[in-house]
Amino acid sequence: MATNRKIIPDHAPFSPQEAEWLNHFLTRMTGEQAQWLSGFMSGYQVSLLQGGMRGAAHVMETGLLDADSQTLPAPVAQPSLKPSITILYGTESGNAESLAAEAKKKASRLGFKARMLDMADARPTDLPMEENLMVIISTWGAGDPPERASEYHSKLMSQEASRIEDLRYAVLGLGDSSYEQFCQMGKVFDSRLQQLGGNRVGDRCDCDTDYESMAHAWIDQTLNTMLEHAKAAVPVTSGGAAPADFISISGTQAAPSEVYCIYGKKNPFPSTLLDRVVLNGTGSSKETLHLEFSLEDSGLIYEPGDAIAILPVNCPEVVRDIIHAAGLSPEYPVTSKEGDPVDLESYILKECDATSLSKLLIQKYHELSPNDELAELLRPESKAKLQEFIWGREIVDLLVEYPIPNLSPDNLIQLFRRLPPRLYSIAASIKANPEQVHLTVAAVRYYTHRRNRKGVCSTFLADRVAVGEKVPLYVQPNRHFRLPADPEVPIIMVGPGTGVAPFRAFMQERQVTGAKGKNWLFYGDRHFTTDFLYQLEWQDYHKDGLLTRMDVAFSRDTPERIYVQHRMLEHSREIFGWLEEGASFYVCGDASRMAADVHDTLIRIVSREGDKSPEEATDYVNQLKKSNRYQRDVY
Amino acid sequence: MSTDSAPLHPNEALKSRSNYLRGNLAEVIADPLTGSIPEEEVQLIKFHGSYLQDDRDVRAERRKKKLEKAYSFLIRVRVPGGVCTPDQWLAMDTIADTWANGSLRLTTRQAFQLHGVIKGNLKTTIQSINQALLDTIAACGDVNRNVMCNPNPHLSGLHGQVLQTARDISTHLLPRTRAYHEIWLDEEKVAGGEPEEEPIYGKTYLPRKFKVAIAVPPSNDVDVFAHDLGFIAIADAEGNLQGFNVTVGGGMGMTHGREDTFPRVADGLGYIPADKVVEVAEKVVLVQRDFGNRSDRARARLKYTIHERGIDWFRKEVESRLGWTFEPEAPYAFSSTGDRYGWVKGTDGRFHLTLFIQNGRIKDTADYPLKTGLREIARIHKGDLRLTANQNLIIAGVLPEDRAAIEQLIHQYKLYRGLHQTGLRMNSMACVALPTCGLALAESERYLPTLVSQLEDVMKECGMRDDEIVIRMTGCSNGCARPYLAEIGLVGKAPGVYNVYLGAAFNGSRLNKLYRDSVPQNNLLPLLSSIIRDYSTSRKPGERFGDFTIRAGYVKPTLKGPDFHDEIRYKEYQI
Repeated sequence: MATNRKIIPDHAPFSPQEAEWLNHFLTRMTGEQAQWLSGFMSGYQVSLLQGGMRGAAHVMETGLLDADSQTLPAPVAQPSLKPSITILYGTESGNAESLAAEAKKKASRLGFKARMLDMADARPTDLPMEENLMVIISTWGAGDPPERASEYHSKLMSQEASRIEDLRYAVLGLGDSSYEQFCQMGKVFDSRLQQLGGNRVGDRCDCDTDYESMAHAWIDQTLNTMLEHAKAAVPVTSGGAAPADFISISGTQAAPSEVYCIYGKKNPFPSTLLDRVVLNGTGSSKETLHLEFSLEDSGLIYEPGDAIAILPVNCPEVVRDIIHAAGLSPEYPVTSKEGDPVDLESYILKECDATSLSKLLIQKYHELSPNDELAELLRPESKAKLQEFIWGREIVDLLVEYPIPNLSPDNLIQLFRRLPPRLYSIAASIKANPEQVHLTVAAVRYYTHRRNRKGVCSTFLADRVAVGEKVPLYVQPNRHFRLPADPEVPIIMVGPGTGVAPFRAFMQERQVTGAKGKNWLFYGDRHFTTDFLYQLEWQDYHKDGLLTRMDVAFSRDTPERIYVQHRMLEHSREIFGWLEEGASFYVCGDASRMAADVHDTLIRIVSREGDKSPEEATDYVNQLKKSNRYQRDVY
Repeated sequence: MSTDSAPLHPNEALKSRSNYLRGNLAEVIADPLTGSIPEEEVQLIKFHGSYLQDDRDVRAERRKKKLEKAYSFLIRVRVPGGVCTPDQWLAMDTIADTWANGSLRLTTRQAFQLHGVIKGNLKTTIQSINQALLDTIAACGDVNRNVMCNPNPHLSGLHGQVLQTARDISTHLLPRTRAYHEIWLDEEKVAGGEPEEEPIYGKTYLPRKFKVAIAVPPSNDVDVFAHDLGFIAIADAEGNLQGFNVTVGGGMGMTHGREDTFPRVADGLGYIPADKVVEVAEKVVLVQRDFGNRSDRARARLKYTIHERGIDWFRKEVESRLGWTFEPEAPYAFSSTGDRYGWVKGTDGRFHLTLFIQNGRIKDTADYPLKTGLREIARIHKGDLRLTANQNLIIAGVLPEDRAAIEQLIHQYKLYRGLHQTGLRMNSMACVALPTCGLALAESERYLPTLVSQLEDVMKECGMRDDEIVIRMTGCSNGCARPYLAEIGLVGKAPGVYNVYLGAAFNGSRLNKLYRDSVPQNNLLPLLSSIIRDYSTSRKPGERFGDFTIRAGYVKPTLKGPDFHDEIRYKEYQI
């Protein structure tokens, strides 16, 4: 019989007996049970605040759970006088969705009739029926909406969008200030809703990668403001203010697994690096790492498709260069965000984004010490010049090229945003690798403006962590990138380069679970001989019959660049045949070009083989998306 | 005879069931998951001119990186007689950059070799070669290989005649199967046509490879005695081709540790008139087809058939198929096996420039842009380019008025380096060996130049900078660089370990003999230096190094093939 692992930490508010009892249960719990329980507990917590088991019914209604209704009391009808609020979110990595879930919880607690709604499942034409609307949307790439929200976005921007005179709304944008179009989608939604006649309640919030505390405060404040407005407003008489059908969170799991485990974003697990291999053969221009981490005794679980967030440490040379350029001493004592006294060097190393140059940062820098050249760059008309300046430069270049005499340590650290965690798609199934997680990471190194540049996290993993050392990490669930629930469903996977990582996880999962569905992988990279990541494993899967087909495109082996989309076209009839059979289609990897090319190619294939017009083919592909049969994990 | 009772070698059944060299080649070439092909197709693809290889330098890391071996293919391009056009040269130059490892190799048998072609590009590469009106069929495999011919730049008229002979033999002995055209050139299969036949080879082709060379005395640059079938051109007083002395049963390959395998110098069959040469070549092939050993591939070459049955039996067998008899051998004399470097003027008034190409490797290095220089020459050259049996290159048929332009390019790209090397280096030759050759036991092409540099110092010290000594190295005992006909032969046995052979004739008429077994690489220099110093002080006027080592007692002469293993004085090397 299995002994109990110590999952409940000593400082938890349980007696030793209670802790032992919980450990006993948690040790034996399946992943599915854990997922269910985590969702249940997060809802149950709300109900406790509202008193007794009645809250459990509330949990049901508000859709945080997807539980078997027979095990719980039947839903209790709510008084219809409550103000309603819809938290409309557009998510890519799951952060907007987590915030939406939090907002909904808080709204319910305040007495709203709250629902959360994924833009993928929503129509802008329903907006006039809303009373209060909170929009939470992230921005990707060159100011683009999340993949799942793109259709909603384009419809909202089109002529067909309805007027929304009575709607109170507020927008929270998520983004990354190191990109030029920072929080662009938040801005776009905000101005469009106003243009359509919406009544903005409170200022928009543009959050950077270190978004949590800012977002939490904004959600609290916005909900309170909305509540005040609602109380002051004349009650809606139409009676149809809120849609009758509340939509539950899509997918089968109730909530991110980080809720269940004591380790999560706020408390990353110090995971031991077990193994590191450069997958590219000698002579390759690429450096792709296969990393194996231990999850032993962490309680962390994940599903194929999830990502791991790594908290890196900066490169000491870069930090030293910054401190040197600022003319400061590395030992200078500063106070960390947690209030602990630390020296300047270790603070920047561990806590600060010491590389990403952004307009925001240049602005702050310029404010510290006005400089004509920077002022010129910051003018609205100099957008292109600014972009050109930022390209290939890091913070250190700003300090070196525009030194500020007598820059104080506090001024320096004020410039930085918090060092964001980096997400990597998981390359393993936990069922095939108990208590381990594997990642496939491309080491980023390049040379610009007379300096060698290194990707912060990829070179942290490549150079600065030794095997046997610990790396803080947590699981970032991605519920929009999942194997089909039905093991018989065929899948087509397109994953060039490190994009192949989740498909290694998919194949391991389908092998361990004996899933019978057909599997077809499209893979590509530069050179067959040196860059065929996990080649021996694919050969074995193919030999075993698990990997039904595999097609490869190596772009630098021939004078003409051949990419995965070209291979797709060569097999367009078979691909369409698989889709008609019900296959799910997955894409992982580069967002800027590959994913767009693959998307266009997919439409072409449907058009060519299904004898459809381009519009019909686009509808066909959109329908695949809607039915979760076309999923992307692109970056 | 041993073949009567012994079971056939598995390759015989493989050839038989291959449906005239098709097998599953087309399918396995198309498999995108592996850069390799299965063992049966590995054997078959040789007949199409290609070998499966892998980069042995990186073998150790590959499994850990979850990668299969770093497979690639060698492609050998037949160039009968070694003569190609500037356009063909340019095509090969581009193909090497586009599809192979960026270098070209001129082989010891006057062919081009490409290395590092990955499977996915194999078909395109072979198509490109064919578009240049060159091909690869029968460049390897148990068939007649590339037919060699002395490139003889100064006797222009005679060269034209023997070159045509080489091409005629080559064409006549090509396999007739359409497999090559179907697999590589997308030729449609003719449905319901005549059943295919190989009138010369039959379904199982030859027991082993078969090599033909034509020599034009006094040069024995092709090492005519090292070939299964050799023709020594006999010209009349005006320099017109009259006929050939025919030699049979030469060959280099042997297996370490098997004394029943040995290199062998060919025997003479007699003289034939020039117009009989294709007929004779066919009948010699047919006798070997019917009587060669098909059980033991290490003893399957023609040299063993003749060794076992005798040259007289063989001559009778060929004559009975010809229906006429050989005339007595015509007199001739060979002087050397090396090339004559620099410019010579041919009898037709054109000029020919022979350049030394170290180990036949055409590539660019930072200070020696050989490949680029030759490309630029090919762009303006109006004559032809000739690959020599010593892996060198002749820019042939230059009109007097074009000579200056060629010389300007020679200067611009520093190709004069190929004219001013020492006598030792100009007579050095190495096979490819590591990292690509699967047979290699030791380094060869990557090591010989270094050893030659060390020995050059000794030669210069002895005042013998320009003295010629033939030195050849191979990475294994199979003899691709013909090491058993070198005055200093170095044959790899293990990493960093070589057998040292001495005593071959400078003109290629006598094999060498084992002098020291298993010499560590670091001891080669002291070992050979002392013999070279002895030679410099004790040689007779005009005495060749190989002859000297016999007279001075370092080795006994090898007079016949099987004697190669006899009277070896020192089995093990001792310091």
